[in-house]
Amino acid sequence: MNGDWLLLAILFSSLGPGVAIFFLPEHRHGLRTALNLGGAGIKLLLVGVLLLGVRRGEDYAFSLPLLPGIDLVLAADSLSLLFATLSAVLWFVTTVYAIGYLEGSPRRSRFFGFFSLCVSATVGIALSGNLITFLIFYEILTLATWPLVVHRGTPAALRAGRLYLAYTLTAGLVLFVAIVWLTLLAGAEGFTPGGFLDGLGATHGTSLQVLFVMLMLGFGVKAALVPLHSWLPIAMVAPAPVSALLHAVAVVKAGAFGIVRVVNDVYGAELALELGLTGGLLAVAAVTIIYGSVQALRADDLKQRLAFSTVSQVSYIVLGVALAGPLGVIGGLVHLVHQGITKITLFFCAGSFTETLGIHRTSELNGVGRRMPLTMLAFTLGGLGMIGLPPLAGFISKWHLGLGALEANYPIILGVLVLSSLLNAAYFLPPIIRGWLGERREPWPEPMHDHLRRTRLETHWMLLFPALFTAALSLLAGLVAGFGLSPLGWVTFIVEQDYAIPGFGP
Amino acid sequence: MTPPEASLPLLVSLVAGLSLAVAVLATAWPRQAHRIGPLGALAIAATVGWLARRFHQAGAGGGEAVTRVALGGWEAPLGLMLHLDGFAVTLLVLTAIVALAASLYSIGYIHDRVERRQFWPLWLWLWAGLNLLFLSGDAFNLYVTLELVSLAAVALVAFSGTAAAVSGAMRYLLVNILGSLAFLMGVALLFGEHGVLDLAALQAQAGDGASERLAAALMTAGLMLKAALFPLHVWLAPAHGSAPAPVSAILSGLVVTGAFYLVLRLWLGIFAPLATPALGMLVGLLGVAALVWGSVQALRAGRLKSIVAYSTVAQFGYLLVAFPLMLIEPGAWKVVVFFAVAHGLAKAAVFLAAGTLQHAAGHDRLAELDDILRGRGRSVFALGLAGVSLMGLPFTGGFIAKYLLLDAGLSTVLAGSLIGVLWVVAIAGGGLLAAAYILRMVAPAFHPGPQRAGAVVSPWMEWVPLGLALVAALAGLAGAVTLQLLSLTPGAA
Repeated sequence: MNGDWLLLAILFSSLGPGVAIFFLPEHRHGLRTALNLGGAGIKLLLVGVLLLGVRRGEDYAFSLPLLPGIDLVLAADSLSLLFATLSAVLWFVTTVYAIGYLEGSPRRSRFFGFFSLCVSATVGIALSGNLITFLIFYEILTLATWPLVVHRGTPAALRAGRLYLAYTLTAGLVLFVAIVWLTLLAGAEGFTPGGFLDGLGATHGTSLQVLFVMLMLGFGVKAALVPLHSWLPIAMVAPAPVSALLHAVAVVKAGAFGIVRVVNDVYGAELALELGLTGGLLAVAAVTIIYGSVQALRADDLKQRLAFSTVSQVSYIVLGVALAGPLGVIGGLVHLVHQGITKITLFFCAGSFTETLGIHRTSELNGVGRRMPLTMLAFTLGGLGMIGLPPLAGFISKWHLGLGALEANYPIILGVLVLSSLLNAAYFLPPIIRGWLGERREPWPEPMHDHLRRTRLETHWMLLFPALFTAALSLLAGLVAGFGLSPLGWVTFIVEQDYAIPGFGP
Repeated sequence: MTPPEASLPLLVSLVAGLSLAVAVLATAWPRQAHRIGPLGALAIAATVGWLARRFHQAGAGGGEAVTRVALGGWEAPLGLMLHLDGFAVTLLVLTAIVALAASLYSIGYIHDRVERRQFWPLWLWLWAGLNLLFLSGDAFNLYVTLELVSLAAVALVAFSGTAAAVSGAMRYLLVNILGSLAFLMGVALLFGEHGVLDLAALQAQAGDGASERLAAALMTAGLMLKAALFPLHVWLAPAHGSAPAPVSAILSGLVVTGAFYLVLRLWLGIFAPLATPALGMLVGLLGVAALVWGSVQALRAGRLKSIVAYSTVAQFGYLLVAFPLMLIEPGAWKVVVFFAVAHGLAKAAVFLAAGTLQHAAGHDRLAELDDILRGRGRSVFALGLAGVSLMGLPFTGGFIAKYLLLDAGLSTVLAGSLIGVLWVVAIAGGGLLAAAYILRMVAPAFHPGPQRAGAVVSPWMEWVPLGLALVAALAGLAGAVTLQLLSLTPGAA
């Protein structure tokens, strides 16, 4: 099969339906759903084909000259496949959820149009073969997400939108300048495992250090590193599927993925260590992990608590990469996937609680387990996964991060991990305990009651099944971590290539 | 097979002749002008496309693509020469695209019988003037075509007949007369000194004597007035803001670009020996001031079209900021041209979309436009998409232009120029300001509240802005080919 064709098809499988949806009249509900699910399904299929191809060792690349010496490059390496697969799977699930969530609400054509645009941009980021291409899709993602954040049009949503744009556009410009500068220094090289700046380390050391800080500022905003994180908890006013997109599928992941790319495939861990860059990143990540957890503990609003938890959890990815050793990188990369499936479960559940029972705060969760046992089960799995209880996905990440910290000789990071896990338990266990054991005397408000008359399920099936599916995934990812196509297996495959250590295994 | 450059002289004459013929035809039969106009527009655009294709083929094939045609067999220094190079081709293509879009839009916009008879001939003369301006090879011809463009533009601003339009047009007329006079005096000085008008001949003799300095000052000041370059921009917003929508698009997308084309052409050629670092820095600082001032005005303006008009002042600031970069990196002039092209496309699309919204609402006061913005998603989308290009974000022509500008700016910083940091900050920061004023126009569409489609709008007015915005976005793919075309310009690095 022709590689160019496949990469472009993956990009257009969401772009095409997205554009079509923009021009669809509001009442064409059936056609819109068909386009949405059709696009998501085709993308899933194509990513699957690509995954098998890359596993077989085939090369896929597509390039289009933009300027002399500068190309738009799409390429599929094992790292891009990790992110592409994650977003393709989660997009499918989120689409189902969003269709159920927004049923009957106005302006769905606009919503789903931008929704598809967002995912196209995310897949573009995943498949980017060089920094320029990455930047292009990264900025498209910024723009395509804004209409989703302000979708409800309330003053709070508009404020969140403004803040989001102010943060991300400024960061985008810093990134833009940095990338142009880097291209002037080193040419428009493609991402190379181990980095491509080796030759410049001796002559342009200071420039490279400044550039690294600029690149981290640029990506750090989306990855919500402290102190650049404030937009994320405020953006939680967006509808639940958008939060899922922001927190698990696209935006923060794009930032974290950018950091991974820069450290591993632009600078290379060796050069980054040599220039003394990883230490600072490690410190920022550690501070972010603790700070996010503390803030999550203080938040009563359920979605806000989840948002701060994202701030904390995404930094695990950065932490792993900053450890700059094979085990740490495995922990960080695998957390890219694990955090995604776990956090999306939690947001799905939080959205279902709000839509079905009008719950916004953790203190209102008393007795919800009796009314919505399956959703509560999913929430429990998600929460325990975040805490890192074996055999759930989160445990696998934390285990490898811990090993990586020892390997890189940073025992203090172990302390950070333990403290953060304790804090995770402190803010996830109370809602879980309230949900199962708490009692509620008055009846639930049931805002969706009219819609639910005909179902025997606890809520709309399109809200329930996505959450159950991703919860099952997070359980599965932990249980079958030893297999080759599990997230851990795939990440090990990536790291083995990058670090080229013979006979190395987890 | 004949080489592609063999057909170029004929095509050059064809473009010039066809533009004039269509304009004459529409003037002679005003009743049929609304039929002649769109058909003529298609014909001219197709010819320009053909010319550009042939030119590109000739350049890629290594042939002599730059063409000079002597009209009526009279060679320079006496006769009139048409001159075609990569710079001219690029501007011709930009003009053809924007002009075609504006023409199609006007089919829907200009209904009134009387207005139709006035609009089409004027507009076709304006277009012919622009085409001839880009093809002119001597200073006097440039003056004549510039005058033709200016007068047609003034008449177009005034033609809706409202008080605001007439007063805007009067200001515009005064500015243009002043600008033209200054330009003409400069031309006279040059002719007195060297006895030739042909630009190529002048460039060969160019020095930095007193009369050249004076000529440069006069001609540049005159053209800066016409191009609304800061600080000579005050006339722009009232004129561009009060004109009918297709005219605003033409003025902001093409006419000021035409004047800027001349500035650049002169400073790349005959005035090149006069450019000093101090002058470059002064121009650059003016550019930064224009960026900030224009953006602030756009952020404060209360009317949709005023915002867009002030944005033109701001965006032209980038072109001035690029001036000091050109002194260090001579190749940067191509970047400037590409930026002007990307801006022309995007700005015309924004004006057309704003015109549709204004037509639907019956006014363009931003504070009362919410319901229309919500009801006309398609036009708002076009406005937003073209706006993305103005912000310099991907995947648009504006992004590539911004990339090239930053590239040039950072190169000067790396070459050791400290002031370069200011240019880089201005180039990067200008995008944020643009984002802020574009957002002012788009964000109300997301506020909750009633929605209303307003007055009936012809399909042309709905789809043409969207199409042009798409072209502005896809211009991101045209970077390599445009730079290649521009490199086929003799005398410029």
